[in-house]
Amino acid sequence: MTDTSITPTTQPGDWASDQEVRWCPGCGDYSILTAMRMLMPSLGTEPHNTVFVSGIGCAARFPYYMNSYGVHGIHGRAPAIATGLAMARPDLDVWVIGGDGDMLSIGGNHLIHALRRNVKIKVLLFNNQIYGLTKGQFSPTSEIGKVTKSSPMGSLDAPFNPLAVALGAEASFVARTHDMDRQHMMDTFRRAHEHDGAAFVEVFQNCNVFNDGAFEGVTKKQNRDANLIPLTHGEPIRFGADGEFGVVDESGCARVVHTADVSTDELLTHDETKHDPSTAFMLARLARGPFEPTPVGVFRAVRRSEYAMASTRQLAAAQQKQGAADIAQLLRSRGTWYV
Amino acid sequence: MTDTASRELPLQEIDEVIIRFAGDSGDGMQLTGDQFTSISAALGNDLSTLPEFPAEIRAPQGTLAGVSAFQVRISDFDITTPGDAPTVLVAMNPAALKAQLHNLAQGGALILNTDAFNDRNLEKAGYSSNPLDDGTLDDYRSYPVPMSQITRDAVAEHGVKPRDAERSKNFFALGLISWMYTRPVEPTLEFINTKFRGREQVINANTAAFKAGYNFGETAEIFEAHYEVKPAPLAPGEYTNVNGNTALAWGCVVAGQLARLPVFLGSYPITPASDILHEMSLKKNFGVRTFQAEDEIAAAASAVGAAFGGALAFTSTSGPGLALKGETLSLAVSLELPMVVLDIQRGGPSTGLPTKPEQADLMMAMYGRHSESPLPVVAPRSPADCFDIAIEASRIALKYRTPVIVLSDGYLANSSEPWLLPDVDELPDIGVDFATDFNGTNEDGDGIFLPYLRDPDTLARPWAIPGTPGLMHRVGGIEKEDGTGNISYEPENHQLMIDLRQAKVDGVDVPDVEVAGDAGADLAVLGWGSTWGAIDAAAGRLREAGFEVAHVHLRHLNPLPANLGDVLRRYRAVVCPEMNKGQLCDLVRAKYLIDVEHIGKIDGVPFTTGEVTAGVRKRLEELAGS
Repeated sequence: MTDTSITPTTQPGDWASDQEVRWCPGCGDYSILTAMRMLMPSLGTEPHNTVFVSGIGCAARFPYYMNSYGVHGIHGRAPAIATGLAMARPDLDVWVIGGDGDMLSIGGNHLIHALRRNVKIKVLLFNNQIYGLTKGQFSPTSEIGKVTKSSPMGSLDAPFNPLAVALGAEASFVARTHDMDRQHMMDTFRRAHEHDGAAFVEVFQNCNVFNDGAFEGVTKKQNRDANLIPLTHGEPIRFGADGEFGVVDESGCARVVHTADVSTDELLTHDETKHDPSTAFMLARLARGPFEPTPVGVFRAVRRSEYAMASTRQLAAAQQKQGAADIAQLLRSRGTWYV
Repeated sequence: MTDTASRELPLQEIDEVIIRFAGDSGDGMQLTGDQFTSISAALGNDLSTLPEFPAEIRAPQGTLAGVSAFQVRISDFDITTPGDAPTVLVAMNPAALKAQLHNLAQGGALILNTDAFNDRNLEKAGYSSNPLDDGTLDDYRSYPVPMSQITRDAVAEHGVKPRDAERSKNFFALGLISWMYTRPVEPTLEFINTKFRGREQVINANTAAFKAGYNFGETAEIFEAHYEVKPAPLAPGEYTNVNGNTALAWGCVVAGQLARLPVFLGSYPITPASDILHEMSLKKNFGVRTFQAEDEIAAAASAVGAAFGGALAFTSTSGPGLALKGETLSLAVSLELPMVVLDIQRGGPSTGLPTKPEQADLMMAMYGRHSESPLPVVAPRSPADCFDIAIEASRIALKYRTPVIVLSDGYLANSSEPWLLPDVDELPDIGVDFATDFNGTNEDGDGIFLPYLRDPDTLARPWAIPGTPGLMHRVGGIEKEDGTGNISYEPENHQLMIDLRQAKVDGVDVPDVEVAGDAGADLAVLGWGSTWGAIDAAAGRLREAGFEVAHVHLRHLNPLPANLGDVLRRYRAVVCPEMNKGQLCDLVRAKYLIDVEHIGKIDGVPFTTGEVTAGVRKRLEELAGS
């Protein structure tokens, strides 16, 4: 997946700001930060043309640690701030970083609208299924029944499936990766960067203080073969140490099968470019949680009109039709008279 | 206009007339009033308008809830208000009569569409007997006109269905009033052709109805005279007729030109501010990007993002929206980025009176954010002043890198007046420079960028926009270290930053306030925003009655003009009419320990000249007696 056509003008170190990183030791955010810093030089962009925008939460501290432009905003509003920035400056590379509380609870509205508009922002949702910065309450992705400080008898809230939310919002790019696999993160982030529109990436991220091991069932090395399903465009979906498992479409539901029990052409062939999101939705809902076979990779990557460029085209069309800006003409546009 | 020989009716010259058109909200009263205003403007009258409409788009037909009205005052002298009581009321149905009759001046003229006064409509309006013949209208001059029937007859030859035919009756009314006040017909015929271009049948029907109305006035023997209002002695120059929202939108568009910056507007539709979004969306050829956000918060947040990217950013709203934007404005205060918030105040609390004005967001604009979150606040005083205030707010925002709130209201938004167009070359240059170079050095002597190193005069921080090589930096809502902008929880630094943000706003260059009227009077009327016209007119009336009155009007509310305290202390009494429970009074009392006396009114209707006159006169008489 590494793009060799670009000669890096920066080194990973050039992307590190001088700020001390203040996440808890052992936090999954560190590996995501490293992946991002290592990826950046190969993208052909410069730190001064790159902006990281965030809301509030542990993940939202991310911009401080990148030597680019950055806005650490307010809780939930990062997609809205980034939308304004991306509209005003379509030339920039705009990334949005947030956690599950930031993006799916207080900021859920902004996330879905940014995705449906398809404005060119790259949204990375660090999902740790817990509120970290407020010290351990259940989040909108926590499993039902979770016992936390604010749910001593178990949470009553059914969780969101972030990918299903994104697909429901008609996101044109939807992917999932996890903090235990740097290369997979880099490959996924690169794909998001290359996408001409809003890109949504869920990153399984371990909060080792308040929700340690939440994703171990699928991300721990010894569990990956059995429980991580790599999605590769154009390939039949299969996994397992020897490819002994596969995924089939059973009346509109994805189901895991032993490949020995079916013929190869019965396996679902992954097509990320399929405009109808139903198959991607089905795959997003294959696992009930991170304890059984879970697909990772790019679920959906389709072309849709990008919002900021569409806005720019309207400006150009208006200039063509109404002529260039002319204040005197504007003030006379509703008719005048002389005294 | 007509083939029949016209009667020789006397032409009477009058100095002013206040006409109120009232009908169902679907009757086209706003259009009728607007067009009458346009013709009168072109004739050179001074004028002022007051549209009044229900919050419902189409309330049940014929009911009081659905009455829509448009008041226009035209004169041959300088005026600043749409007038207290109409002298002519055009009522298209019983509900319009019932809802509006109390406004009509004693002895005023009533032009009634008698066809609408049937049992069903009378019942809907709550009349138990027909006001046309039960003595209700005895104190007025009534002119009953079967408008629906004549309109139907007039448009019949154009093949319009009877049901559609009646929709032209507002043009009949316009024709009749145009005759009464000797307005030329050509501009309206042109207007009809332009407005309904491509819809031949509608053009023909409206034209026929308009002519029928005009001819009816001339031939029906029910009017004693018709009238002429001569042009007003306005300053020479080129004029246009503009309402506050349009002027505000144009001001924002022009501010971008004057600052040489692309304009961005993030907005969520809300009454009575939506027209700003509509108008600015029509100006894309000026490079104006408008963004209809998913909610008020996103509208403000998108403006913050655009400002970070180097745009001149606006967000427009009304009270409920300003409440929602509070946290985002607090972020903008902390990020110290320029942006302008347009708050078109309306009646509250909660949904309140969406289409009615109020001036009760002043304290929210001043203090409606958590912690110490100061920002400049300005307020336009008239519809045309909205243009200048948008430029002034932008100037302050850019120069001081701060969010600025503009407090307009539902009255200024929809009210219109003639506006002497400014000389474009005389408009101020409000451009500022982006930072492009390092502004500090580190311990090794290397150049670095300090995003919070302030200009010693303005205390503004540098505005370095993404894309500028070498100046990468992070801004955020967490408290920042002075100079570096790095996260800092140090006690001394927080105190310093709190003090600096306040000092920056306190130091905004605001012109001294000027005293209008009798500077040496015993009493000063203090006002802000849209009450200017009513206070100005009231001061005029009081002066005619032999009193001396000073008028001090604020366009800058934060910071207040440096001379305000000294000016107000010169007076034995200071009274302040405002459409709230005394918010400016409280601010001025707290700051200057001056006993400002409140004249309040919060009924959703702008102050009339009479109300201000009465309130001020009472105090003047007390002063004279003491």
